[in-house]
Amino acid sequence: MSEILLQIDGKEVEAKEGMTVLQAAQSAGISIPTLCHHEKLEPFGGCRICIVEVEVRGWTKHVVSCVYPVAENLVVKTRSEKIDKIRKMILELLLAHAPDSPELQDLAQEYGADKDRFEKEASFCIHCALCVRYCAEVKKANAVGFVDRGIRKEISFIPEISSKECKSCMECFPLCPTSYLQAVFVLTEALASPSLSSDPEQMD
Amino acid sequence: MARLNSPEELEKFRQEVVSKRDPNTPCISICAGAGCIASGASEVIAAFKAEIEKQGLKTDVADTKETGCPGFCERGPIVVIYPEEICYLQVTPEDVPEIISQTIKEKKVVDRLLYVDPTTGEKATHESDIPFYKNQERNIIGNNIHIDPKSIDDYLALGGYSALVKVLSGMTSEEVVEEVKKSNLRGRGGGGFPAGRKWEGSRNAPDETKYVIVNADEGDPGAFMDRALLEGNPHSILEGLIIGGYAIGSHEGYIYVRQEYPLAVENVNIAIKQAEAYGFIGENILGSGFDFTITVHQGAGAFVCGESTALMTALEGRAGEPRPKYIRSNIKGLWERPSVLNNVETWANVPLIINKGADWFTQFGTDGSKGTKIFSLVGKITNTGLVEVPMGITLKDIIYQIGGGIPGGKRFKAVQTGGPSGGCIPEELLDLEVGFDELSKAGSMMGSGGMIVMDEDTCMVDVARYFINFLTDESCGKCVPCREGLRQMLKILTNITEGKGKAGDIELLEELSEVAGDASLCALGTSAPNPFLSTVRYFRDEYEAHIKEKRCPALSCKELISYHIDPDKCTACMICLRKCPVEAVDGGKKKIHIIDQEKCTKCATCFEVCPSRFSAVQKISGEPVPAPIPEDARTIVKKSKEK
Amino acid sequence: MDINRIDKIIDKYQGDASALIQVLLEIQSENHWLPKEALERVSEKLEVPLSRIQHIATFYKAFSLVPKGRHEVHICMGTACHVRGATRVLDTVEDLTGIKPGESDLDLKFSLETVNCLGCCALGPVMEIDGKTHGKMSPPETADVLKSYE
Repeated sequence: MSEILLQIDGKEVEAKEGMTVLQAAQSAGISIPTLCHHEKLEPFGGCRICIVEVEVRGWTKHVVSCVYPVAENLVVKTRSEKIDKIRKMILELLLAHAPDSPELQDLAQEYGADKDRFEKEASFCIHCALCVRYCAEVKKANAVGFVDRGIRKEISFIPEISSKECKSCMECFPLCPTSYLQAVFVLTEALASPSLSSDPEQMD
Repeated sequence: MARLNSPEELEKFRQEVVSKRDPNTPCISICAGAGCIASGASEVIAAFKAEIEKQGLKTDVADTKETGCPGFCERGPIVVIYPEEICYLQVTPEDVPEIISQTIKEKKVVDRLLYVDPTTGEKATHESDIPFYKNQERNIIGNNIHIDPKSIDDYLALGGYSALVKVLSGMTSEEVVEEVKKSNLRGRGGGGFPAGRKWEGSRNAPDETKYVIVNADEGDPGAFMDRALLEGNPHSILEGLIIGGYAIGSHEGYIYVRQEYPLAVENVNIAIKQAEAYGFIGENILGSGFDFTITVHQGAGAFVCGESTALMTALEGRAGEPRPKYIRSNIKGLWERPSVLNNVETWANVPLIINKGADWFTQFGTDGSKGTKIFSLVGKITNTGLVEVPMGITLKDIIYQIGGGIPGGKRFKAVQTGGPSGGCIPEELLDLEVGFDELSKAGSMMGSGGMIVMDEDTCMVDVARYFINFLTDESCGKCVPCREGLRQMLKILTNITEGKGKAGDIELLEELSEVAGDASLCALGTSAPNPFLSTVRYFRDEYEAHIKEKRCPALSCKELISYHIDPDKCTACMICLRKCPVEAVDGGKKKIHIIDQEKCTKCATCFEVCPSRFSAVQKISGEPVPAPIPEDARTIVKKSKEK
Repeated sequence: MDINRIDKIIDKYQGDASALIQVLLEIQSENHWLPKEALERVSEKLEVPLSRIQHIATFYKAFSLVPKGRHEVHICMGTACHVRGATRVLDTVEDLTGIKPGESDLDLKFSLETVNCLGCCALGPVMEIDGKTHGKMSPPETADVLKSYE
C-alpha cells in the first residue's frame, strides 16, 4: 500500500492508502472526539462529532473524519470556530436525552455545551449504534437492531435470539454511553417471560 | 410477434404499423392517467365503448384510445377527438351519446364541453388553442395524448426506438456520451448535475459491471410529472435507459418506482415485456451484439429513498439509509460498482437529444439551464396540472399566462419550489427566470419541479412547520444534526404556531439550521432547513407577529384565531347554528347568533356556510373577541316599509 | 398466512436476499399485514437476520405488523393537498372513525394512514380508500364517502 502525506493542524502526517483521516490523526497523536466510532467496527458516520475541515483542490468543506479517506496533500483542520460550534450543538442535542452520560459530560465540558439548552426528553439512546453494529459485525448474532426511522427510531431486541444469546455474552453492555442498552435488555427479558416476573411466589 | 433482429427489420415493421393506421379515422383519445381516473375517466371510457357498440359503429368510423396524461388535470376527464383535435373537458358518461352523435357522426362541436377563457369568455375548440397548452413547449409530454401506454406499436408509430437504432448502428459509446455532454442536460430530479459528466465518470471507471438506474421515486409532495411520464409513455424511458447503458458500458438497468404509483408500475412492467418480445431488451439487441436487461423494483413508502445513495441501498434489499458521498456513486454506487442514477424526466430527454441532436436541444433554455422542464403547477392556482416550458421563462408567465392566476380573487403570496428541500419565492421575485442557478440564488431550488402556489390565506410559518414535520417523519434518523436538529426545530415551530413562541426562537432556529446544513450526512438533512430559512428571509414579519403579538396574519393557525359573528351583518338565518358540529352557536329565528368561544373547536364550518351576501362570520387574530352584544339588542326587528 | 404461499413468493425471486423488500411487499399486498411467522419464514429462507427484516418492516410505511381493517383509508398530506385543506379532511375522518393515523378501529372496519403524496396533486385534497382515489374532498363530502363503506 502506498504512502500518503497529508497535513493535520499544520503537522505533517504519514498515512497509508485506504486509511481514514481519523485513523491518520490518531496515529499521529492528534485527538478528534468520537461517539459512534469503534476500532472493531465499520465506520458509521452517524454522530458527526468527528467532523473536520478539509481543503482539497482549493475547495474547503466539512467532512466526518471517521469515513473520509486520506489523500495526498490533503490539508485538515480539526478545530475551528465552526467545527466547535457544530460539536457544541451536537452535544447539546444529545444531552437533552442523556444528561448523565459520562462520555457526553466530558465532551460537554471541553466544548462548553449546556446540558439544559434543550428541553429534556428522557429517551437516553443517542443512536451511536455501537450495540447493533457490535452484535451484527463482531458476534454475528443480530440479537438487537433498529426499528422505525426519523425521530421515532429506536433500538429493539429480538426476544427469541436475545433469550438464547445475551446472558452468556453481554459484550455490548460496556459500549453503551448511556446505559440505555441494559435497561432495554432487562425490559425485553421481562416482557418475554411475564409469568416469571409477575408471579409473587417466584420472586424471592 | 417475431423478434426484430436488425434495424432493417424494425423499419419494415414500423412501416407496416404506420400503413395500417389511417390518420383520417376518427380517434377518441381519453386520458387514462391516475388523475383523470380519479375524476371518473374509467366510467367515461366504458360509456364510449358501450355507446359505440350500441350504435354498431365500426373502428373505421370511430375508435377509442386510452392515453397517457396530457397534464391539464384540473379539467379532467379529458377527451380529444382526432384528426380534428377537438378538445372536450370535464366529460361525464352522460355527455358521451351526444359526443358520438354530434361530433363523430355529424362533425359538429359540442359547445358546452369546450374550454372557456375566464377573462374573455372565448371558447377554444382545438387542444392547441387552449392557453394552458398554447404557452407551453411540450417536447416531452406532448406525446402522451397520442399514445396508449399499453401499446408499443403506438410508440413505434411515432418514431419510437429510432434513437436506439441510431446509437446501436452508428455511434460509439464515447460519441453518445459526448452528445449528452454537448446538450448540457442537467439532472431533472433535484441535483441538477450535468448528466453527460456523470455518464462520462462511469464510462471511464475501470469495472466490468456497471449499472444504470431510473429514479422514479418522486417523493416530493406536489410533484407528479414522473408519474405522468412513466405511466403515459413508459417506452420513452426504456429507450433512454438502454441508450444510457450502451453509453457507459452497463448491461443491467433498474427502475425504482414508488409503490404509491400502482398504474406506473403496471404500465412499465407491460412495456418491458413488450420491449423484450420485440427485441429491444435482451441479448444481441437488433443484431448489435449489445445485451441489456431491466428489472423493476418497487419502493415501500420512504421519501428518503429518492436520495440516490439511499435508493441504491434499498435496491440492495436494505433500509434506505443514505451513505456519505465522499466517493461519488457513479464510481462506487450500487453494490460498490459504477452506477449512473438519473431521474425519469432526465432519461426521457435522452432519445430526443440523440434523434434531434444536442444543437437542437440547446436552442431551448438559458446558458446555465438548457432544454425544457416539466413543472407540476398545483395549490392555489386556477389551472392545476403539468406544464412543460423552456428554462428561462419567468415565474410570472407560468403562474399567470399558463396557470391562469389565483382563483377566488385572492392575492398571490408565494410559490414554493423544490419540495421539502426548497423554499418559497415571494411576489417581488416573480420576474425570476426559471433555471437551476436562479432558483438557488433566491433561496429555493429547482428540485423535481414541484410548484406550489400559495395565496394570502396561507400562513408561511405553518408552511415551514409543515415541511419540518414531514422531514422528521421521513428522515432516516441516522445522523444527529438531522434527526435531533429537526426534532427541536419542529418543537419550536409548533410552539410558534400555537402562540407559545418566545424571544430567541428565530435565532435558535437559525443556529439549528446552520448545524443541520453543515453537518448532516445527506442532502435530506443539509437541505431540510431551507423551507424555514426562505420563509424567515421573505416573511420575517409573520414570524414576529406570531411570537410577539400571538397573531397569525394569514388567519390560518387554529390556536391563534377566533371566530366571531358580526352582529351588524348577522341576519339570524340559522344556517351556521344548524351546521355547527359542537352546537357552539347560540341564537334563534330573528335572534342574532353568538359563538360560544368555550365550545368552539375552530373547525371553520360557520365561516364557510355563512352565505356570501351576509359574510357575517369573521376570523380574528391577535386581539380579543369583542364582547357579546347585550341580550335585548339581539332581537332583529324588521324595518317597517315607509308609506 | 399459508407457509406455502410465502415460499412461493420467495421462490419467485430465486431466494435473492436483495429482493427482500419486494418479497415483503407481495406478502403485505396479499395478506394486508406481515405476521411474525411470515417474517421468520422469510428470514430463514432468504438467510437474512430477523433484526434486519424487523428494521425494514418498520422503516418503510407500506408495511404493517398488525392486522388492518377491511377498508384502508389513506389521506394525502402532501404540500398541494395541505395548502388546499387536507388537515380538515383528516380531522373529519378522525372524528367519524374515532381513530388516528396508524390505528385501526376495534371492529377492524377502517384503518387510517396519512400518505405523503399520491401524485394526484391537481385534485387535492385527496383521500384514497381501498385503492380508489377520491379527489377535491371537503369535510362534508368526506363524511358522505365514508358513510358509503360497510
